Amino acid sequence: MKGSKARSVLPGFGLSLGFTVFYLCILVLIPLAGIVVKTTGLTWDQFWQTVTSQRVLASYKISFFTSFFAALINLVFGLIVAWVLVRYKFPGKKLVDALVDLPFALPTAVAGVALTAIYAPNGWVGSLLEPLGVKVAFTPLGITIALIFIGLPFVVRTVQPVLQDLEKETEEAAVMLGAYRWRTFRRVILPELIPPLLTGFALAFARGLGEYGSVVFISGNMPMKTEITPLLIMTKLEQYDYSGATAIALMMLLASFAMLLLINYIQWRSNRRAVTE
Amino acid sequence: MAGAVTSHLSHEAAKRPKHITESPIVKWVLISIALLFLALVVLLPLISVFIEAFKQGMSVYWASITDPDAVSALKLTLMTALIAVPLNTIFGIAAAWAITKFSFRGKNLLITLIDLPFSISPVISGLIFVLLFGAQGWFGPWLDDHNIQILFALPGIVLATTFVTFPFVARELIPLMQAQGVHEEEAAASLGAKGWQIFWRVTLPNIKWGLLYGIILCNARAMGEFGAVSVVSGHIRGETNTLPLHVEILYNEYQFSASFAVASLLVFLAVITLIVKSIVEWRTSIVQAGKEGEQADAH
Amino acid sequence: MSNMAKTKKFSLRSIMILSVFALALAGCGGGNGNNSGNTSGNSTTTTDNASNTSGSNATEPKPAVELLNVSYDPTRELYEAYNKLFIDYWKTEQNQDVTIKQSHGGSGKQSRAVIDGLKADVVTLALGYDIDAIAEKGLIGTDWQQKFDNNSSPYTSTIVFLVRKGNPKGIKDWNDLIKDDVEVITPNPKTSGGARWNYLAAWGYALKQNNGDEAKAQEFVAELFKHVPVLDSGARGSTTTFVERGLGDVLLAWENEAYLSVNELGKDKFEIVYPSISILAEPPVAVVDKVADDKGTREVAEAYLDFLYTEEAQKIIAENYYRPQLASVAEQFKDRFPTLELLTIDKDFGGWKEAQTKHFADGGIFDKIYVPGS
Repeated sequence: MKGSKARSVLPGFGLSLGFTVFYLCILVLIPLAGIVVKTTGLTWDQFWQTVTSQRVLASYKISFFTSFFAALINLVFGLIVAWVLVRYKFPGKKLVDALVDLPFALPTAVAGVALTAIYAPNGWVGSLLEPLGVKVAFTPLGITIALIFIGLPFVVRTVQPVLQDLEKETEEAAVMLGAYRWRTFRRVILPELIPPLLTGFALAFARGLGEYGSVVFISGNMPMKTEITPLLIMTKLEQYDYSGATAIALMMLLASFAMLLLINYIQWRSNRRAVTE
Repeated sequence: MAGAVTSHLSHEAAKRPKHITESPIVKWVLISIALLFLALVVLLPLISVFIEAFKQGMSVYWASITDPDAVSALKLTLMTALIAVPLNTIFGIAAAWAITKFSFRGKNLLITLIDLPFSISPVISGLIFVLLFGAQGWFGPWLDDHNIQILFALPGIVLATTFVTFPFVARELIPLMQAQGVHEEEAAASLGAKGWQIFWRVTLPNIKWGLLYGIILCNARAMGEFGAVSVVSGHIRGETNTLPLHVEILYNEYQFSASFAVASLLVFLAVITLIVKSIVEWRTSIVQAGKEGEQADAH
Repeated sequence: MSNMAKTKKFSLRSIMILSVFALALAGCGGGNGNNSGNTSGNSTTTTDNASNTSGSNATEPKPAVELLNVSYDPTRELYEAYNKLFIDYWKTEQNQDVTIKQSHGGSGKQSRAVIDGLKADVVTLALGYDIDAIAEKGLIGTDWQQKFDNNSSPYTSTIVFLVRKGNPKGIKDWNDLIKDDVEVITPNPKTSGGARWNYLAAWGYALKQNNGDEAKAQEFVAELFKHVPVLDSGARGSTTTFVERGLGDVLLAWENEAYLSVNELGKDKFEIVYPSISILAEPPVAVVDKVADDKGTREVAEAYLDFLYTEEAQKIIAENYYRPQLASVAEQFKDRFPTLELLTIDKDFGGWKEAQTKHFADGGIFDKIYVPGS
């Protein structure tokens, strides 16, 4: 198979790329440049002090770990959900399929309030867990749950189309060669799913790092314990400290960007390999 | 016809031979796990929203969604989505076309930049427009001199929403079009088809599901966005409050039932788009069946 | 086959129409923005209407005017009632129609919106600090606090305790809050204006108990915040945590908020406790000079705030559980507002600027409470 070279017979390269870059610049790059420029209002020392102060460091840790675990859980369960939705038929499947998109549609603040109500010590689930000594709301566990809610559709919706497109032939060939189901899954299906799973994981993780609306309700916002990085940005804004706020924002931006870049690179390589093979 | 395989896969799944699927036990265990997980994480919050919404009865529910402030918030939300979603759709198609049909340097960087708004904290998404268009921002003084209001008015809300929902359509289309490759388009081009013809006749039919899906997600997120819009709205009652902001205000006024009632309105809006999707899907499946019949005749 | 071609064409056309529509709408969006910014244009049209009808009227009505009052969260009911009163007053007095738009949100956030270009004619916020921030940007004269009576605060409030019915933990004063089994709910002073009053009241109490020993006072507030299990970002969030989630034994709240919670959320579930000493919270008001002058609304904006000091308005204020400034109205509602020793921000804390830098700014005393090893 050949990839399209720079001289393609297809038209519209200039127009589509030009428009893409133009729109991207106007809507994303120029506004984001505002953050970088605002941050340059600080000296290097001030910048460094802002982004490495004890509270801020603690918040990175909390944001990072809760987002990471939430994304990990979404990775596993998201795959199962996607698999079930693509491969099996069962009553109410359409409804379940629609349910997956709910976290996109529900305003994050509503999600936060609803989740807090459920997982608070006097809530439906919280009151069941309380006697077991498990506290959910107002602990890092609560933050993780909110982030699982927020990130779920990212994993399911990236895995689903690929799973749907997976060539049945390869799978069937493997079965005909006598491979057991589990081995087929591990050797044939899973490798194909790794790129979308990674993308889904990265998107859910990156989204989790930045999430604010739903988390503030359930986290309890205790400094050093359950204070997330976006909350610190809000705190800075509340003191009219725009430069400080953008400094932390810049750190978050760089972290997300680096991760997305890495994941996209991995995905693109694995796709190219698949095409050239 | 990779596209065709995708679109009628549901029929395919039913026809698959038994020996390549899992045992029924595994199947039902997986289904149960998936359903339990969704119930705990997604369904439960949804149910609690509706229970709260109807707690004080139908009349309170009705009164809160027909309140003039709620109605104007609904109008503003729909208006915003109506502008932001088509803009991002056009962008998504253009971006996916450029990225998947051609090869050029810096492609990974471009894809990553397109993804970026997903991962930016809503707090920051609002802040960047304040830094640009705020009275203390770059363009603030100029805008003020020319009496143009961007922040705390419709344009600001649309900008923030467009930013937040920026990647949805593109993100949905890129992997799909990448998997489909360029062969069909190249074949059409060699037969003398012109640019737009290729797109309308060859590409669009192949990507329509992905496209529709992207639009629906983009729309859902556009209507539900809270954080970024909250920064640029100014919260003027009956004027610049979107539905999610109205929900927050009601909640802060201890009108819990009213607040959840308005939130449920957003759920309904999302459901309506999904119903539209199902109708389109159903209509095309009839057409598809007809087409398959014709193809069978031709063979 | 022809059937399919038709559907394709249909979807093609509809998408095209949709995109054209979108672009047109985007254009309109810009236009709308123009209009809302350009209120003087709007009022000219009203002038034409007015002069047409003026023939039949003896006194010529002035063109209608619109005010935007940017306020903080708990004042909604207050200004809803007050706006009606003022609109009637202005109509009879000046024969001019006024529409008043309201915007509510966290005090700091609202102040930022005004700084960033929200066209507020008047601001009615929770703390002087937030209006100072606007004044610093030149939108309001720095002498704003002298423009209206009582430090430009037409009403005051104080910080009280809301406890569960029957006061099971026996909470009577600030030192009861640091008893072993007591949990205290208060919002985060870094993000909530109301919480700063809570913190300062506690600090003032401790200072008084320890004869002005600041180290002891810091110990006390540090101990107090060890009893806080959840720091919500806003006052309303804390109330929800206390009332709906059932967390904590005592909620530190504004007096008016405490009354509102009791009335709205259950008279049989909570009661209000007045500590021996608290702080005089003075939510200030100001005309945003730059906006009012640009829009030509100064006269009505000033009248709007001035009228807050009249007897009728002060009654509405007292009915909404804010403490009125007018002695006659205060006398009338004295059962509602018990007298207690109140510290003031200017006398006891050297004004907001000083309090802010010392206690709440990054690296201030409040931060030290939470950073281990300091």
